[in-house]
Amino acid sequence: MTFTVQDTPLKSVHERLGATMTEFAGWLMPLRYRSETAEHNAVRTDAALFDLSHMGEIAVTGPGAGGALDYAVTGWPSALAVGRARYTMLCAPDGGILDDLIIYRQAEMRFLVVANASNTAVVLAELIARCSGAALVTDESVATGLVSIQGPNGCGVLSSVTDIPLAEMKYYAGAYGTVAGREAWVARTGYTGEDGFEIFCAPGDCEPLWDALSAAAPGGVPAAGLAARDTLRLEAGMPLYGNELGTDVTPYEAGLGRVVRLDKPGDFVGRDALAARAEAGPRRKLIGLFAGSRRVPRHGYTVMSGTAAAGVVTSGAPSPTLGRPVAMAYVEPGATGPFGIDVRGNTEPAEETGLPFYDRRK
Amino acid sequence: MSVPAELLYTQEHEWIAIDGGTATIGITDFATQALGDVVYVSLPEVGASVTAGEPCGEVESTKSVSDLYSPVDGEVTEVNEELNDDPGLINAEPYGLGWMFRVQVAGGQATGTGLLSPTEYDALTKSAG
Repeated sequence: MTFTVQDTPLKSVHERLGATMTEFAGWLMPLRYRSETAEHNAVRTDAALFDLSHMGEIAVTGPGAGGALDYAVTGWPSALAVGRARYTMLCAPDGGILDDLIIYRQAEMRFLVVANASNTAVVLAELIARCSGAALVTDESVATGLVSIQGPNGCGVLSSVTDIPLAEMKYYAGAYGTVAGREAWVARTGYTGEDGFEIFCAPGDCEPLWDALSAAAPGGVPAAGLAARDTLRLEAGMPLYGNELGTDVTPYEAGLGRVVRLDKPGDFVGRDALAARAEAGPRRKLIGLFAGSRRVPRHGYTVMSGTAAAGVVTSGAPSPTLGRPVAMAYVEPGATGPFGIDVRGNTEPAEETGLPFYDRRK
Repeated sequence: MSVPAELLYTQEHEWIAIDGGTATIGITDFATQALGDVVYVSLPEVGASVTAGEPCGEVESTKSVSDLYSPVDGEVTEVNEELNDDPGLINAEPYGLGWMFRVQVAGGQATGTGLLSPTEYDALTKSAG
């Protein structure tokens, strides 16, 4: 095992912007540039740029690629139209989640699987094993840079530097084209709960592409780091692997049973265990909580129902958009409020709420 | 990153300004940059006794919560109520409007005992950073 920390192709941009850097899943990543709250708000109200080059990109290609992926993941990739994408999961035979993924069908015989940086090696090994003989699995992570523009004004900004007609692109769709004169795969996806685009390109094209995007709006487009990315996804009720998702959780506990396509033909890894779980019901449930005080519930804090422990906080943060702390937590399936959260020895009141905390369409 | 020459510092990244028997305390620029945006601060009550090196409050930022330590023994005489409404002052002006609390230093405590000079603190942050 090695512990080398990798730099993204945008290292010099982060240095120029004076980013506070942090190690994340073996990569040196920008945590924030100045105020993470300002970065968060820029995504909600305007637009901001993210360096996501740490994400894993794995291509699955060949005439049998769709069928091979149908066996490998819980979704139904072979049913995807070319140019469309789906959120899906890679599960172990016992139904535990190995990673959550986005799969893009880039061509009839080519799928791009995007994995979390921390899980790329596991996903690659599993895809090679599960697709063996049926499709070619290629790790393209090092050869792929990823820049994202997120926020309501992102479409306009990106449109000014690309030949792809973005206005007609659907959510969870993608297309090949050029951005600032560089070849790229552009998809209307993200992890912020806001409209936005992800731009996959050659590593050497990341910096010119970033510079063109950041200059494409009057006053410039700000950069946003991992701290803002985390509060944005939390407000949007999106799970994070290692917090809400893990090998001890099935998609049903996470409230994501819809990604398990038990209706698809053929066997897939985890089918029997997941079908049984669907039948029996989840062992715990993921809920949203508003903190009743300004003290922030954090990952690992105990959720109380009365004086008894009822679960655990998986993610918590002060919500810049809502102006108070929010948290996601796993509680026992029958647990009912009023809930409290043990914040370092004091039980603070918490109010259960539906997820997501923030929905841009409302 | 700024380390004002007229202040003293602690290993826990507090600053302290001693004026006669009164000490004004806050957290350093280095601390605010490490914490990120401060969203909530829990300060000791006026009248409370504080002990050097022991936690007397909490500083919550987007990503973490940290204990606030008193650098000196004494009694709290004043806290910065403005921080209740605008904890962002701590990030904006850590050595000014972002001050946190004032302590009447207990009699007999030598000024500067166990505290770091600006040069020593600067060296500490450079070895940490």
